[in-house]
Amino acid sequence: MGRGKIARKSTWVDMTAFCDVGFLLLAFFILTTKFKAAEVIAIVTPSSVSSKEALTEDQCLVTIGPDGRIFISFTEENRRVEVVDDLNKRLGLTLTPAEVQAASTVDFFASPLNTMKSYLGRNKDERNPAALPGIPVKDSANNEMNEWIQSVNNVFLGEQLNLMVKGDKAVNYPAFKGVIDAFKKNDQMKFQIITSQQPIPDGSPLSKRARKESIKE
Amino acid sequence: MADLGEGEGGGGHKKGPGVKKSKKLSTRVDLTPLVDLAFLLITFFIFTTTMSAPTAMNLYLPKDTDKPEELNKAKESGALTLLLDKDRSVYYYEGILQVDGSNFKQAPFKDIRDIIMDKKQRTPVEDLVIVIKPTADCTFADVVDALDEMTIADIKRYAMVDVSESEKELIAASRGANGGK
Repeated sequence: MGRGKIARKSTWVDMTAFCDVGFLLLAFFILTTKFKAAEVIAIVTPSSVSSKEALTEDQCLVTIGPDGRIFISFTEENRRVEVVDDLNKRLGLTLTPAEVQAASTVDFFASPLNTMKSYLGRNKDERNPAALPGIPVKDSANNEMNEWIQSVNNVFLGEQLNLMVKGDKAVNYPAFKGVIDAFKKNDQMKFQIITSQQPIPDGSPLSKRARKESIKE
Repeated sequence: MADLGEGEGGGGHKKGPGVKKSKKLSTRVDLTPLVDLAFLLITFFIFTTTMSAPTAMNLYLPKDTDKPEELNKAKESGALTLLLDKDRSVYYYEGILQVDGSNFKQAPFKDIRDIIMDKKQRTPVEDLVIVIKPTADCTFADVVDALDEMTIADIKRYAMVDVSESEKELIAASRGANGGK
């Protein structure tokens, strides 16, 4: 019997299990991920106990920035063109057809109607929505949101419309009031406020009702 | 194992002397780069994902009407009016505002849940109406929180109304009394 051989152990590590876990996690994150929607300015939404997810289709979103500026946006590009076209025809904004078509590339409308023409005439790179003055709403005699919502009504007539308001926590009430006044004036009585979720407080009537319903099921 | 055939560690069985040994290539694949790539992608998706999807709160507005007969009448005994002021302070009164302002009270925002619950317990369900009046100085978050309180307290009837002149005066007077804040 010779000397005991020292077994030369391979340094090869079996990566298969590691690989499995890696791809499992990858699959999970790919499936659950939802890219953040384009945002013109950072908005911190207030929280509510509502657990209903916000719909992301057929959306007409009114954004109220922390400084009280109002932006309006549409998810579908053809809606942008139709709404601008309607505004143009009703109010005589003297937009050329090319300028109306240019609206499809605008993510956020935030200029007063009288500067619409010069805004749409610009190149895409020169339109910086963050620098725009916002849609004027605070003066009730000249609430341009009225015109916007009226055009939205005309365009979405008889079709699904998800009217939403996304406001910053810190913005003062008059800006929000200007928006809802415009909604009211155009008979848009139903809309949604985008919020982030917070838990239902214990012992409140809502939590009691929620518990009862879960027992029934 | 990603190892199908006999690898270098396995050692093939002996073949007869006449049989030509065919060189066996290892089928073992080095998975390290694959794992690297996988984790790189994971990191990317972790950073770009938004775990908390935004939720939406429904709000139904009543129609403005000029005809008094179309207005919903609220019983005086069942009404509670909340005035939202700046710095999350709330003024409130029950029923109709007294001329001398004797039922006009102030509370911090966190107390309004108790105020609402207290009112709810003392009032028959069909009479209870809560009127939310946001002043020009309150924030959007205050309005949403107040509406949220309605959901939390399970209030069926509530309305959002503008502040009247007499209430504005009372708030101004109350601010003056509190050291001119």
